[in-house]
Amino acid sequence: MSDPTPRPTSAAARVRRRLSGRVGSAVAIVIALLWTMPTFGLLISSFRPEQQIKTTGWWTFFTDPQVTLQNYADVLFGTSSQGQLASYFINSIVISLPSTVFVVGIAALAAYALAWMDFPGRDWLFLGIFALQIVPLQMALVPLLSIFSQGLVVGGVQVLPAWEFQGALEFTNVWVAHTIFGLPLGIFLLHNFISALPRSLFEAARVDGAGHGVIFRRVVTPLIVPALVSLGIFQFLWVWNDLLVALIFAGGNADVAPLTVRLAEMAGTRGNEWQRLTAGAFVSIVVPLLVFFSLQRYFVRGLLAGSVKG
Amino acid sequence: MAKIVLENVDKVYSGGVKAVDNLNLEIADGEFMVLVGPSGCGKSTALRMIAGLEEISDGTLSIGDKVVNDLPPKNRDIAMVFQNYALYPHMTVEQNLAFGLKLRKTPKPEIERRVKEAAAMLGLEPYLKRKPAALSGGQRQRVAMGRAIVREPQAFLMDEPLSNLDAKLRVQMRASLNQLHERLGVTTVYVTHDQIEAMTLGDRVAVLRDGRLQQVDTPKNLFDHPVNLFVAGFIGSPAMNFVTAALTENGTGATLKFADHTLPVPAETLEERPALRDYFGREIVLGIRPSDFDDAEMAAHNSGTMEVVADVTEELGTEINVIFTVDAPPLEHEDAAALAADAAGDGDDEDGVGAGLPLARDKSVFTARVNPRSVVRPGQPITLAVDTRQLHYFDKVSGLAIGHPANVAAKA
Repeated sequence: MSDPTPRPTSAAARVRRRLSGRVGSAVAIVIALLWTMPTFGLLISSFRPEQQIKTTGWWTFFTDPQVTLQNYADVLFGTSSQGQLASYFINSIVISLPSTVFVVGIAALAAYALAWMDFPGRDWLFLGIFALQIVPLQMALVPLLSIFSQGLVVGGVQVLPAWEFQGALEFTNVWVAHTIFGLPLGIFLLHNFISALPRSLFEAARVDGAGHGVIFRRVVTPLIVPALVSLGIFQFLWVWNDLLVALIFAGGNADVAPLTVRLAEMAGTRGNEWQRLTAGAFVSIVVPLLVFFSLQRYFVRGLLAGSVKG
Repeated sequence: MAKIVLENVDKVYSGGVKAVDNLNLEIADGEFMVLVGPSGCGKSTALRMIAGLEEISDGTLSIGDKVVNDLPPKNRDIAMVFQNYALYPHMTVEQNLAFGLKLRKTPKPEIERRVKEAAAMLGLEPYLKRKPAALSGGQRQRVAMGRAIVREPQAFLMDEPLSNLDAKLRVQMRASLNQLHERLGVTTVYVTHDQIEAMTLGDRVAVLRDGRLQQVDTPKNLFDHPVNLFVAGFIGSPAMNFVTAALTENGTGATLKFADHTLPVPAETLEERPALRDYFGREIVLGIRPSDFDDAEMAAHNSGTMEVVADVTEELGTEINVIFTVDAPPLEHEDAAALAADAAGDGDDEDGVGAGLPLARDKSVFTARVNPRSVVRPGQPITLAVDTRQLHYFDKVSGLAIGHPANVAAKA
């Protein structure tokens, strides 16, 4: 009525328009290309013969293409000094999957409780969990390790015994550590999501005869699938790519050490045979790429879903 | 089915805000009770307390002779329809309807039968396999109703279920709600801020204000015998006209004087309300419904007249609303202020026409509803007939209707 021409109302709208313009897109493409270049070079190198890699740069591939799969064969199935990544690859999966499932499951339950159950001290608890994100994980490494190896002793009383897991159970340390480190962010993300669900939905379910368990399972969970998946992707990528936690809680044992630990070792001891490192890096990149591309749809939706109502 | 009784029910929020103050209300078995009032009057809180979604601070609430103060909602055997419908977005219409029954472990064939029945009743059969997102507003509203119906509960609780629909659909749904209640005969408590909905749907209507019950009665009685200024102004559209008038004795009867107008008080009114005699020689608040005016040339009743100049005329086809000013200061009573604030808050209401008249300033704005064949034009003088038997008299200080049985009883 007052003004026929719609003007950019908010700063956010103006920024969005400028970013999606032609110049903005061109800049984004250039950045993306620059960013991908080293990875691309690595990919090319991993297919080049050892002698080529050691004498020329990867771009010479375009003038003198020589392709081999020898590096991959060495690194996956070769002798132990060549990498033997296959078993570490499996370790990585055994570490990453449970660590992801635990975090998503526990965070969803905790976020529901913090958002929709009334109990004294709830807000303080949530604030505390939020604050935990500020604490760097490195600070917790030594105390956690000592709890695992010596148990928890408070004032001379043994509260928790030492964990002395053997064999396959040795993964437990890494799972627990990753779960603990992943929870604060997970709870925070899902809490934002769950608390944005309309209150009347919960009230309708309560009047319909549902308790907290049923509400969580049959009303909340189906509605937060995008958020669960995107948290899952985050957590999975984080655990898969993690070196520090794995090195400390599983590093000493080839039976449980993941890919990243092995790759770091190879970089250290086989620096002169880096043709295998190129292939190793790609073995470890394959899974994150698969996860990302297959679930990318959820990923984008999950990132937006909290902020956009609808 | 059951009756619902609220006895001295209070709701005090932490921080001391009293949302509901000593509410006493008895809703008979099978009755359609409407709670109405301006926003923030506590009507929704009262409903949510009946549902069990809000704790009761004090007093007792019973449904079907059983005190349910401490029962969770699921054990109260009630069904609720929410303002925004609160449908489960990930379930189909069918699943939405069946959800409550499934949780109650109703046998499958029974669930199917009830869902089918409710869907037929509400015309939802073609949509059973759809999800709520693929439904229009009116359809979603019907699913919400259906979810309540399939439960076959002791009572329906409805929290402004029609307020999210557009005007035309609202009128339609209002009619089907009426029909539905006729057919099912389930005790219903219905919350709305729309007094037209309240009047058309309710067997009885409870008017609330600031958490306190003002009056409970049939729509007709509320309209004809409001207990105080607030109820008088809230019920009726266009709203009742108020002016401060001097009441003087006059031989057998009495007369009312305000600005340059004089209206007689019929002898029968004085007989009906002897309390009016106490106000002789004092000022009272006079209330005249717009519908008790008419163009004097075509009026059936002609017990009093007012010569006025029409400022605005609104021709509605079935009637003409004549808006004019009376040279008397606008009513200064807290009830009037509350009503004005409410009218200003509800942009979508068609009543409260004169409230914003720019030329009114320190004059009272009146609305008269006259015969559509009247030749009245803006700026033209008109003689209005007033049905003086229908005048309303209020105490200037307390705002209570003078001689109203409820007020007389309270005094005695």
